[in-house]
Amino acid sequence: MSAQLLSANHGAAMAATLAGRANREGRGFCGGVYPITPSTECMEFLCLQEIEKGRVVRTESEHSAMGVCIGASASGARAFTATSSNGLAYMAENCMAAANLRLPVVLAVANRTLGPPWNLWADHGDALMLRDLGLLQFFCADNQEVFDTVLCAFRLAEDPEVMMPAMVCMDGFILSHSVTMTEISDQEQVDRFLPLTTIPHQLGHTPHTLGQIEVPHQTEMHRQQHHAAMLGVPRVYEGVQDSFEAIFGRRPADAVQAYRADDAETLIVSMGTIGATVERAVTMLRAQGHRVGALRVRMFRPLPVAAIRKSFAGKKRIAVIDRNISLGLGGILWGEVRALAEPGTVVQNYLAGIGGGDVRPEHIVSVLADLLPRQVAGLPEMVEAV
Amino acid sequence: MNEPMLGGMAQTALDRALPLLRPGNTNCGGCGMSSLLQMLGHAAADRTLQFVMPASCAAVCGGVFPLSTFGVPTLMTTFASGAAAASGAAAVAQLNGEDTRVVCLAGDGGTYDIGIASLSAAAERNEDILYICYDNEIYGNTGGQRSSATPAGAIATNLRQGKQQPKKDILAIIAAHRVPYAASISLAHADDAVRKMRVALDLRGFRFLLALSPCPTGWKSEPALGMELVRLAVRSGLFPVLEIFDGRRHVINIEPDFSDEALDMYLSLQRRFQRSGITAADLRPDLDQLWQNLRALSGRIVPARRSS
Ligand SMILES: Cc1ncc(C[n+]2csc(CCOP(=O)(O)OP(=O)(O)O)c2C)c(N)n1
Ligand code: SF4
Ligand SMILES: [Mg+2]
Repeated sequence: MSAQLLSANHGAAMAATLAGRANREGRGFCGGVYPITPSTECMEFLCLQEIEKGRVVRTESEHSAMGVCIGASASGARAFTATSSNGLAYMAENCMAAANLRLPVVLAVANRTLGPPWNLWADHGDALMLRDLGLLQFFCADNQEVFDTVLCAFRLAEDPEVMMPAMVCMDGFILSHSVTMTEISDQEQVDRFLPLTTIPHQLGHTPHTLGQIEVPHQTEMHRQQHHAAMLGVPRVYEGVQDSFEAIFGRRPADAVQAYRADDAETLIVSMGTIGATVERAVTMLRAQGHRVGALRVRMFRPLPVAAIRKSFAGKKRIAVIDRNISLGLGGILWGEVRALAEPGTVVQNYLAGIGGGDVRPEHIVSVLADLLPRQVAGLPEMVEAV
Repeated sequence: MNEPMLGGMAQTALDRALPLLRPGNTNCGGCGMSSLLQMLGHAAADRTLQFVMPASCAAVCGGVFPLSTFGVPTLMTTFASGAAAASGAAAVAQLNGEDTRVVCLAGDGGTYDIGIASLSAAAERNEDILYICYDNEIYGNTGGQRSSATPAGAIATNLRQGKQQPKKDILAIIAAHRVPYAASISLAHADDAVRKMRVALDLRGFRFLLALSPCPTGWKSEPALGMELVRLAVRSGLFPVLEIFDGRRHVINIEPDFSDEALDMYLSLQRRFQRSGITAADLRPDLDQLWQNLRALSGRIVPARRSS
């Protein structure tokens, strides 16, 4: 274990490198990569690493980057790629294919606004566009979490009970380009944490086909299996946390991370780095006597419904902050979690940091000021974050 | 299980025990891709193969889950990703020291059109894959729309009049990547085709094979006449049969006799050319030019057209 000054991009690439090497006794590692701001440094860093029994293919597009991962994963290798924004949109078709084929590809996403008009800054809309495709989705709040979550993502994605791709999101620039001290695990530890990749349906010697035609009742069955595997992930993840802690000596963050939520009357719910800002604001607000707490949804797919419902129980008011907007509805997180509150709870949506605006503690304070007098929820409110 | 008789080649002891294209598949009768797969099985003999196929008639031919038409492990990919997924599979085979030949089988749509970026990139990286395009000159799977491989004068379901533009020269495009091997094969000339399939199977790096693939359904032709049509296309010079080594050395494998009669026969046996009324005389100037270029490239001094 060593502490290194790393950006989250480099941390994600470091984790992928360690995971790749950890499969050297297995069928190896293969990634396909293509640059796009702000995830570029992740692929650049990966391309500079020596990975025994590993290859990184520099493709001509994100679509092909995931295409390479699909071919590699179907052949039994550990597979990884990274992208952002339009790159993810371009890759979407193959993300869906990897998911439907139940291939445990790990994908790091440095979240960025979709364009044109071109905007480089963080917005979760890119990742959330893919929320229904059958990939696991994690949103991280700091660099260490990105590193740890990428390692956990390999373990989870390749778990025989899970067996599907996993996306690890970091807010573009805010994390991808911020350099912080990061605990980097030793190869020997990662070797112990990650079993050799075993994909039961990988192409081998028998003439079976992956991805041929199926008829409605078969698709129904496959969706049911995939959905059931998704629903089991929060439980499997707890086991992954235990084993991570036993090997690395630190516990990766929970699927849903609560902060001073137990005795809170008011809860502020968010994802990604806004969650860290909210915790900061909660500390300030608590000092002023507000009974407020925070809930950060780290695992968005599958949505840990039980954990969220439990945290929502007994709360009077809940603010859901979204760094994204589903046009014509409002915040996507809000759209999903509002039904998990008890009847009578005021669940109000705030759209903050859309297009990557800076969200600071004072914005959270203004959210609370807006929320507290409310007896009923209104339409989603835009919080101008500049 | 015996492969059916094929161009005079019967199943022999050297052939694969399990044919590449198993009986019971859903290809239309007279489909050129079926013949191609049978020849490929003959050429591959006991070599270890893996198929990668983008969306196409070939992907449909694969059968309905959990059945599988092909005699080797097969990965179906999205339409534009044949060469990319094959690159990943080939990389992993190489990393593991396996002698698997990764064969990407794609239609003209997956090759000339939507897949051309990933194909070009894989060729440029010189990935260790054999890419085979069965060119039926339309999007067969979706009912027969035009592709950039559709020849001048042919109609398509989204093209009422005959196509104005000539087809793309994909072989030249691939050869321009300076890949180790690029060749066109005639399904009507089994010996030459199987020989080149073997060359392509055994070389390393990026190899490309192009087959003119009769499609009775799309060409509006008699299923039984497919091979005859290919023979006419080759004989008349419409479909040049050649191989290109390292993008530089061109070898013309089959010498046409440039018969206009053969060309007119080729056109008239397919109803897709009926509406435009295109004739050999319309096509000949372009073909003469094409062959002049091929002569120059191959260093052959035989004139493009023998004077009669
Ligand atoms: C992205 C995408 N666009 C469109 C399609 C629909 N589609 C499937 S196969 C096909 C045409 C295939 O044509 P070709 O590659 O020539 O193969 P053929 O069907 O002729 O064998 C099309 C348009 C698709 N599967 N994916
Ligand atoms: S439509 Fe054409 S290419 Fe497709 S299976 Fe039928 S004959 Fe073959
Ligand atoms: Mg076609």
